[in-house]
Amino acid sequence: MSESVPKPSELVQINYRPPRRDWRDPAVEFRKGVFCYSALPKNLTYLGLPNPREWQPFDKDWKLPPNWKQIILDGMRDRLARFRSFRLFMDICVRCGACADKCHFYIGSGDPKNMPVLRAELIRSIYRRYFTPAGRVLRGLAGGRELTEDVIKEWFYYFFQCTECRRCSVFCPYGIDTAEITMIGRELLNLIGCNINWVIEPVANCFRTGNHLGVQPHGFKDSIEFAVDELEELTGVRVEAPINRKGAEVLFIVPSADYFATPHYYTLLGYLMVLHEMGIDYTFSAYASEGGNFGLFTSHEMIKRLNNKIYAEARRLKVKWILGGECGHMWRVIHQYMDTMNGPADFLEVPVSPVTGTRFEHAASTKMVHICEFTADLIRNGKLRLDPSRNDHWNVTFHDSCNPARAMGLLEEPRYILRSVCNKFHEMPENTIREQTFCCGSGSGLGTDENLEMRLRGGFPRANAVKYVKDRFGVNLLTCICAIDKATLPTLLEYWVPGVEVAGVHELVGNALIMQGEKRRTTDLRGESLQPKEDEVHA
Amino acid sequence: MRAVSSLVVVLMMVGLSYAGGRIAVLRPVFGVVVPYAAIAVFLIGFSWRVIRWALTPVPFRIPATCGQQRSLGWIKRAKLDNPATVLGVTGRMALEILLFRSLFRNTRAELHQGPRLAYGEEKWLWLGALAFHWSFLIIFLRHLRFFMEPVPAFVGSIQAVDGFFQIGTPVLYLTGAAILPALLYLLWRRLASPQLRYISLFTDYFALFLLLGIVISGLVMRYFTKTDVVAVKQYAIGLVTLAPTVPAAVTALFFMHLGMVSALLAYFPFSKLMHMPGVFLSPTRNLANTSRMKRHVNPWDYPVKVHTYQEWEEEFRDKIIAAGLPLDKE
Repeated sequence: MSESVPKPSELVQINYRPPRRDWRDPAVEFRKGVFCYSALPKNLTYLGLPNPREWQPFDKDWKLPPNWKQIILDGMRDRLARFRSFRLFMDICVRCGACADKCHFYIGSGDPKNMPVLRAELIRSIYRRYFTPAGRVLRGLAGGRELTEDVIKEWFYYFFQCTECRRCSVFCPYGIDTAEITMIGRELLNLIGCNINWVIEPVANCFRTGNHLGVQPHGFKDSIEFAVDELEELTGVRVEAPINRKGAEVLFIVPSADYFATPHYYTLLGYLMVLHEMGIDYTFSAYASEGGNFGLFTSHEMIKRLNNKIYAEARRLKVKWILGGECGHMWRVIHQYMDTMNGPADFLEVPVSPVTGTRFEHAASTKMVHICEFTADLIRNGKLRLDPSRNDHWNVTFHDSCNPARAMGLLEEPRYILRSVCNKFHEMPENTIREQTFCCGSGSGLGTDENLEMRLRGGFPRANAVKYVKDRFGVNLLTCICAIDKATLPTLLEYWVPGVEVAGVHELVGNALIMQGEKRRTTDLRGESLQPKEDEVHA
Repeated sequence: MRAVSSLVVVLMMVGLSYAGGRIAVLRPVFGVVVPYAAIAVFLIGFSWRVIRWALTPVPFRIPATCGQQRSLGWIKRAKLDNPATVLGVTGRMALEILLFRSLFRNTRAELHQGPRLAYGEEKWLWLGALAFHWSFLIIFLRHLRFFMEPVPAFVGSIQAVDGFFQIGTPVLYLTGAAILPALLYLLWRRLASPQLRYISLFTDYFALFLLLGIVISGLVMRYFTKTDVVAVKQYAIGLVTLAPTVPAAVTALFFMHLGMVSALLAYFPFSKLMHMPGVFLSPTRNLANTSRMKRHVNPWDYPVKVHTYQEWEEEFRDKIIAAGLPLDKE
């Protein structure tokens, strides 16, 4: 861990008392550890996004276009006319404050502008000043303020300090969704070239190669083949993992981290085992080699540009339906945007499990099914032979990833799977799971190292709930169904709750799955002995 | 400071209305012109805002889901917190609008030694808001007896229920007893909590002081001074029948009440008070979670620049061949 990050005992000294000065003063300080670096000009140029240039948030001069103010105001006008959510959420907040301590960044930082109400007020004050009769006449008295360059800097700071997790929206009496406001805020910032590289580089990679990591076709094939080889070593079974195969029944889309990062990789092994064991006729795609969509953290247009390849590839490969892996924001896009943006998927069929015959009516239009829905159905119908004791070295809890929880309601499927594949499972406190789940603190493209202090602050409520079940039940594994979680929670837990590992749900499925023709399994998918506990006892 | 200045503005309005009731030449102005103007502003402004919201598209189906989705038949789904049917959405909205369901979830996060974060029950805001809004609605409905002749039966029933306990003369209404503490609580929490004080704007206090002024003047008229109810009714009927008169028996105290009601009406469409119609239109609440089940059309959808498979194949041709993957165009 970087040396600049304070110790947990220091970080937790959080001052919740707001400063004396009026919040409409936009001054922000870009302190090391709490913000993300700017997007590289080459990435903006490649994507055709405005104002590519060398700059950093801590620079005094942000090199904004000369007419930046007009661009922002025109951009707001345009979006007020296109999004009822935006217009309504600008109008109806009563500042009751119910959302305030629901935000993980507020809880972890104490910065009052991380209260969702104020995050929205950062734009709302501009909206009132320039777009409402009262604000045009009464200015400050009606809660308005002037749009200055400092306001833009403040927007940048706080809209890239929101993970679009929607927890506040659950508690808002009007359902005001800060994710909508942050999304629009970032769209506006993108109009004048104020964006972060941790978002824009994956976007550029994804547009070009098909995935965020920039893995090219041969690299993709190598990764998948490596996984197949490794699985053979672990289980003695050689699975098929076809790529770009036309005429398969199912197109399987996963987040790219699944085949390029750990602990995601073990989840990939789990998928491959289930799909092989059930004899699913499927294919990966090296073109649609990313389910994730960092367009969601850029603009609505960029979501559509990146998401396009999924249906396009399903059509080209002439599959019947699409299966999707474990990923949070990927599922927000697939569930709530894909069909509207790139549908209709009338060339596909309503997904039917070839194993159980279950028709996934809830995906009748989108034609895409979540792997947890698919596997839960298999288990329910007794199709998978499982030995949960192979997960006995794990004492498991489940972290609901924000988007599957609050944009889908995928709550029971992963739990059902976990209870079937492991013997020791304990829930975290109820205010921190399901629809009230706490974000990992690194979602929406903020999971970069230079932002580590803010990530640790934002992840504090989640980590603290993990600590609770670790202390109480001896939990040593946090499972989740999100690639960003898997990438960032290990760092978070190492900092706040050392001794708890992170895994995907299908990693545990893979551990428990008894495959036909498998050799005697002595290790889990990580290559760790299945009986470390007993050894400890004997020692 | 913002609280004080908004209080001053409201007091100035009170003073002005009082003068309007006291000074003979001003009585028609404050008794007829101002109320009519306020009602006109309210009706036009309110409709204009709602129509504009309604005309603004909902491009994506983005409900915030607060419970289990409808997926596999054997998994129990949250029909109200994550509705997948019109009936479910209606239920969710009814819970939201009538009982403030989301506010009921409210908790308070507290950081203890350890560190240990605890989430305590926090129902006071919910209770205060519910008490205020329901009382306000019932009081509003009760007031219809001034504007209608004969008084509709339901108004009588509401009145009977509201005064059920038959305490004192005139009978104490439960809503009258509830609305004042509720408003004072809502004001108190804004002033007492440093966070709320920090986020509160002039307009937040203004709305509360205005409502307090209306409630207090109303309570004083009913319980502490003699108000000529017949004259008030004569005046109110005159307003609604477009034959306005201002009877001499209508007091300056009544003018204060009337003045603040007029101010509230005129202020309403330009303020956060529009949350009243707005809550019905909130896309995170009033949409069914059928995002994958049914196609949702975006009316302003437009084509975007994409990287097609053919372009991709062309760009990575050598690598695709090297990897032994099939090509579309040999």
